[in-house]
Amino acid sequence: MFLQLFYALKHEGIPVSLREYLTLLEAVKAGLGETVDDFYSLARTILIKHEEHLDRFDSIFSQYVAGSMKLSPTDLSKIQEEWLKYVTENNLTDEEKAMIEAMGGLEELAKRFQELMEEQQERHQGGSKWIGTAGTSPFGANGYNPAGYRIGQSGSRNRSAVKVWDKREFKDLSDKEELNTRNLKMALRRLRVFTRQGHEEELDLDKTIKNTSKNAGFLQIEMVPERKNNVKVLMLFDIGGTMDDHIDLCSKLFSAAKYEFKHLEFYYFHNCLYERLWKENRRRFNNISPTFDVMNKFNDDYRLIIVGDASMSPWEILHPGGSVEHNNPESGLVWMDRITKKFKHHVWINPNPKDMWEYSESTRILKQCVNDRMFPLTMEGLSSAMQMLKTSNKRSTNVSNSEERFG
Amino acid sequence: MSFKGTETYIASNELQVAVNAAIHLEKPLLVKGEPGTGKTLLAHEIANSLGKKLITWHIKSTTKAQQGLYEYDAVSRLRDSQLGNDKVHDIANYIVKGKLWEAFDSEESVVLLIDEIDKADIEFPNDLLLELDKMEFYCYETQETVIAKKRPIIIITSNNEKELPDAFLRRCLFHFIRFPEEEQMKQIVDVHHPGLKEEMLNRALSEFYRLRKVNGIKKRPSTSELVDWISLILRDDLLKDEPEDGKRKLPPHLGSLIKNEQDLMLLERMFS
Repeated sequence: MFLQLFYALKHEGIPVSLREYLTLLEAVKAGLGETVDDFYSLARTILIKHEEHLDRFDSIFSQYVAGSMKLSPTDLSKIQEEWLKYVTENNLTDEEKAMIEAMGGLEELAKRFQELMEEQQERHQGGSKWIGTAGTSPFGANGYNPAGYRIGQSGSRNRSAVKVWDKREFKDLSDKEELNTRNLKMALRRLRVFTRQGHEEELDLDKTIKNTSKNAGFLQIEMVPERKNNVKVLMLFDIGGTMDDHIDLCSKLFSAAKYEFKHLEFYYFHNCLYERLWKENRRRFNNISPTFDVMNKFNDDYRLIIVGDASMSPWEILHPGGSVEHNNPESGLVWMDRITKKFKHHVWINPNPKDMWEYSESTRILKQCVNDRMFPLTMEGLSSAMQMLKTSNKRSTNVSNSEERFG
Repeated sequence: MSFKGTETYIASNELQVAVNAAIHLEKPLLVKGEPGTGKTLLAHEIANSLGKKLITWHIKSTTKAQQGLYEYDAVSRLRDSQLGNDKVHDIANYIVKGKLWEAFDSEESVVLLIDEIDKADIEFPNDLLLELDKMEFYCYETQETVIAKKRPIIIITSNNEKELPDAFLRRCLFHFIRFPEEEQMKQIVDVHHPGLKEEMLNRALSEFYRLRKVNGIKKRPSTSELVDWISLILRDDLLKDEPEDGKRKLPPHLGSLIKNEQDLMLLERMFS
């Protein structure tokens, strides 16, 4: 019975597996989801693992319940095949039964109903109409009844069942982002800079042996701090405009980076770097972080990764006031120069294919700005970018000789 | 055996269902939510209301999964060997049990809280897959398999500092604690400050929700801060009167609600 819900979730890109489905069945069998409210909480608790998916779950569940509830206003858990048969046999005339058979049986009917419900934009219309015209269904008599949705409401303290998921409280957390980013993570992994800092917690075997023998066989323990990935990354994302074509890839890159780097800071910009950056794209005009502040805030041991397609009119880079969004007192070129001087380890990652770069003048200029360290957003490009970030590290940082590198 | 919230902890219906599912299905429950919405407290209250022992494992950035199972204290064994201690012949003497082992070893089922799992290394959750799934692990040094006598109720909290791996998530149930709405918040405050005057409560709550709605605040005040704040107000008997000049002012004892310097500055600028 819940398979429809399961497949609807899967179809919407929520990672659910058979394992969770079986767990849900087990829980329902044990009587944990008696009312619709409880079933909603139960299904959510078992099937959903990321808060970003809660919003989509709510909307799918609402469709699902709308579909199922139309069958009969009763608790979901009680809707079983036998029960449906029972209704059919008891409430329908022979003529109606024959018509249902002709349409492929009750199950088929319910399924079509469901599909219709999902298709329509306005949840409460059309579906009921369809039922009305068909005139065969056992639930037609109920018609559309808004009260039908509130079944399962118990007492005044609980909010009505549907209201909870129709509110879609988790909208803010939702990101339509597939987390299939393992490859990207593997590429980013190249930028691991292991250092030994902090408490001495690991046994240094070599040194212990050496000192013990020096000590005429009397044990002398030597400890070292553990190896940790200490790389710090500052990412700047170009957003909006021509970048819309690459939004999927970029969000994958972002979620991979978030996973891999412990110290990750990110900001957005539009087309070219100017005096302002922002953290939330929704509030890009009233919640800005001045680029100067960002440059001052982070030490120069941060690795700078700029992600952008570098496609714009050269005017936008070369001239003050060239920005398409605001009047910038200093040209993008000045800012590019400043930031690349400040962050010596920098790369530009360009989602456009490499062979297109030379046809765009702005790309050529920006490539020069970042000292030719522009890489395409491919596995290979990303790997070499990370390699570049790491090796450019060698000449400038003076972290003590305890630093080790692994490629 | 089911959890219904306690006198000092108001659990929403959803949360109750989630906890009961975790108890019944014997799966770990991963709890997320804004800081201060009672994630850690939940485990304490479950233990209280079910009359079970609580074992807490606080995760730090340096915590290793192995530490939850056991640690082999090689150093003291080496020392003992030089001092000629007889203990040295049995390796079991140098196995220090971790929190998970302790929980598995208990005759009664216990509540195990793994607090702030996202603080640990990226690989940390992956190292606990089998242990949480099968509730057993293998001790190499003594060559024994430790199996949970009674499967503990495991509550895991996360503040979302790192994403958790999918394989790990699949083994957990998940609950996201919503921020309480005004009605539920009243109940929560009532539990902590019984007999608070309705009028005062309403004013405090409206101030509180107003602060939460301010744009650009980094760390919005949450339930635990509200409770602290109300006790401060009660102590000083503040917030009784409407401001005389009708101007909106900053609430008193703002420091207990807003914990961030930039946020304080932002508010001061807004209300000055």
